[in-house]
Amino acid sequence: MSDERTPILETRKLGITFGGLVAVSDFNIQVFKGELVGLIGPNGAGKTTVFNMLTGVYKPTEGSVLLDGQVLNGKKTHQFVAAGVARTFQNIRLFKQMTVLENVLAAFTKDVKYGMLDSLFRTPRFWKTEKELKVKALDLLSIFHLEDKADYIASNLPYGQQRKLEIARALATDMKLLLLDEPAAGMNPTETAELLDCINAIRNRFGIAILLIEHDMSLVMNICERIQVIDYGITIAKGLPDEIANNPKVIAAYLGQ
Amino acid sequence: MIKNKTLQGYILNTLVIAVLLIGFSFIKEAFGKAGDFKLILAPSIWQCCYLIVLAASLNLTLGFLGQLSLGHCGFMAVGAYSAALLSLAAERAGIFKEKSGIAFILVLVGCILIAGLLAAIVGLLVGIPALRLKGDYLAIITLGFGMIIVNIINNLPFAGQEGLALGSASASLYKNGLGFGTALKVTYIWVAIAVTVICIAMMFMYVRSKYGRAIRAIRDDEIAASASGINTAFYKVFTFAYSAFFAGVAGALYACANATLSTASFAFANGGILNSTFVVVMVVLGGMGSLTGSIVAAIVMFLVNYQIKNGLWVKLLPLWLQNIFAFPMLVYAVILIIVIMFRPKGIFGTYELSLRNFFSDMKTQRQNRLAQKQENKEALSHE
Amino acid sequence: MSTFLQTLFVGLRLGSIYALVALGYTMVYGIIRLINFAHGDFIMVGGYTMIFTVPVMIALGLPLWVSVFLAILVCALVGMATELVAYRPVRKKGTSMTALITAIAVSLLLENLAQAIPQIGPNPKVANKIFAAGGIRIANVTLDWTTILTICISVIVMVILYQFTQKTKIGRAMRCVSEDKPASILMGINVNRTIVTTFAIGSSLAAIAALMYIAQYPKVYTTMGSILGLKAFVAAVLGGIGIIPGAMLGGFVIGLVESFTTSYVSSSMADAFVFLILIIVLIIKPAGILGKNMGEKV
Repeated sequence: MSDERTPILETRKLGITFGGLVAVSDFNIQVFKGELVGLIGPNGAGKTTVFNMLTGVYKPTEGSVLLDGQVLNGKKTHQFVAAGVARTFQNIRLFKQMTVLENVLAAFTKDVKYGMLDSLFRTPRFWKTEKELKVKALDLLSIFHLEDKADYIASNLPYGQQRKLEIARALATDMKLLLLDEPAAGMNPTETAELLDCINAIRNRFGIAILLIEHDMSLVMNICERIQVIDYGITIAKGLPDEIANNPKVIAAYLGQ
Repeated sequence: MIKNKTLQGYILNTLVIAVLLIGFSFIKEAFGKAGDFKLILAPSIWQCCYLIVLAASLNLTLGFLGQLSLGHCGFMAVGAYSAALLSLAAERAGIFKEKSGIAFILVLVGCILIAGLLAAIVGLLVGIPALRLKGDYLAIITLGFGMIIVNIINNLPFAGQEGLALGSASASLYKNGLGFGTALKVTYIWVAIAVTVICIAMMFMYVRSKYGRAIRAIRDDEIAASASGINTAFYKVFTFAYSAFFAGVAGALYACANATLSTASFAFANGGILNSTFVVVMVVLGGMGSLTGSIVAAIVMFLVNYQIKNGLWVKLLPLWLQNIFAFPMLVYAVILIIVIMFRPKGIFGTYELSLRNFFSDMKTQRQNRLAQKQENKEALSHE
Repeated sequence: MSTFLQTLFVGLRLGSIYALVALGYTMVYGIIRLINFAHGDFIMVGGYTMIFTVPVMIALGLPLWVSVFLAILVCALVGMATELVAYRPVRKKGTSMTALITAIAVSLLLENLAQAIPQIGPNPKVANKIFAAGGIRIANVTLDWTTILTICISVIVMVILYQFTQKTKIGRAMRCVSEDKPASILMGINVNRTIVTTFAIGSSLAAIAALMYIAQYPKVYTTMGSILGLKAFVAAVLGGIGIIPGAMLGGFVIGLVESFTTSYVSSSMADAFVFLILIIVLIIKPAGILGKNMGEKV
């Protein structure tokens, strides 16, 4: 079991090689409960690859992933989620033909206590659970001001709200660690500011660990407590936002040398 | 007044079904002895019933889970042969002598259930290897399994290619086992209807629950579904098995309605209507993701098939058109192409008919249409 | 020993036919990621065309195999028409599922249309013998001309095709579109024309395969394409779908498997064996022998 000193997320020498290409190597990170850490780097640096290893989409070829002290390498994605990791995607992956509410409800599935018999015979337990789920889902949607759009088909939402819905859906999995993959991509400054508020609201309410990939530097500098920078799969800098902003190696990586 | 909307819905649906059934039994009493009912309507209703169950069950896999399974009739064959052989065995063991009485009814229900369960087990066996495959590959492997299943049944000594029509197993099937003659089809028509209603209800219960949400999520984006904690492997295999169960039940109903069974009927694309492609046509036509659509499409396709085979008006058509109708699969292929090209969502899309919401749905639709017209008018006026 | 040789030759002959058909499948799959269910039926179209053109050749005094050119023309036209009328519109508007369903529908349409047209179906027709009888004797076994010609012609066609895809502009365009369609568009390749060309070539191969098939089994019937097509498809998957050398490899393997199973086990098991191979390949290595596993980008 975890104590205050066990990081929620810890990776040890995490790395993956595709064929001959070393995509990520010697990636070490610790994120503690309640922290918000940023992972930045130029395009193609391997950030999403790291996320994929942290969610079981890719199996690392070296190193290990520990969630709250528990080693998770080699497990399947839904097992990662059951252990407490949730994520959003760089290219939004909503359940397009389902409604906004159903998108969130779907994410509750693993925690739903009723079974096939309850479902077939519509037992009181079924009804009670469904009602609770709906309440919880609307509650999550309200964080993002989406509750009055609950019956909209997900693909009909404007882009910014689709991103928010994806985060709401991730929250539904009752996670300890939330991985956000470029949540501000494609957003204008107003939407980005709203997103910032939402993320802060999430932090205050859930007290979870958050690891954030982002290119929008205003968001990153504003909201991250610590930042880790990778380029070509290798960590080139770690530290506080101010340190990172002035780190010559980081500047060089972004400007290309 | 009952406040809870869902309860309202259930009560309304039950009432309507009860009314329909009572009305139907009146008709049956009035005309039951008459030739037309016995010879045409009753067998038609039996056929509609198993077609409805077939279509709706494939929709679970194809429409809701989003997997193109082309071996559905293999499951039906398993169900049909199991039911026929089990009933025959029961008859030979002396459990029942005539096709009436409590003993027979118990055997009947038992056969239907076991047919479904056996088909479900086969569905499980097909679903597990199919886990690793998507799209095209899944279609091919299910097609292969469908063929292999029918092939295996073919080679069983007591089932066989000649079907349960000749040979040691079958000689007495027509008079015993399950195959109902025309009179018995009328007597037991309530069995067909009850089984269909129960099956459809079970499918609705499945779809409107966490199971339905999980499989629709898998259909829309499997990776995101995984990332939302859904155990995709479990739900895929379970849905395969569940859908196969109903295909097996449909097979049992088919065994009831037919004195003879032949494995040639269950092939992938033969000229009959039991092939897997016909079921796909029904599902696509009705709407992938709408159980209501499958029910309607099954009835429509039944009528189309009936008219093609027996319609008097066919004789009036030019000869080349008559030649085309001699091959119903050609008509179905054309229907499929037309639907896919011009209205891929099928008749109903993902809409489910809801009696309770009927009027409010109509109202919303009208509002949406007016709003759309309004928007279009405004858009034009700005040009 | 002679049984073994006989079986071997039959296997190679069958294999070359499967290889030709598998090439058609693999080329189309490579370029539009669609299993053209109707491909087997193109063979049937080719077969029936030759039923009608062979007598014409006889009347004109030409060698019978010249009829294949007309068959190639007809098959290519049918293939291109299928792409233009059925597949392209669905590809633009629909999903890969609807595209697959369309392919199944087209296959059904062709098979049943052939049955419905009185001049063609539904009863089988018999063709004339295309190649001369007789052959070479090797170790007590006659290697008839049909077999030799089938294998030779197939190999020559495959070599030409391979060179075509490597050396010519259109061939390279086909490989580009297979690998990366958006990039090909950006490079100025006319993707639509490339796709149509692919269909034309694939269907022509089906016509040649039909010639080979009829030369050996002169009975032509409306469903002859479906089982042949299915087995050739297994061959394509076995070798690695989308990979041209894979189709050739797969074709010969399946041909040999079928031949040896028929000889040494039983003929009714042969089909089941081929299908079993498909299932095993799809479970163990869906990318096929020569294939590479391409995961989905997350």
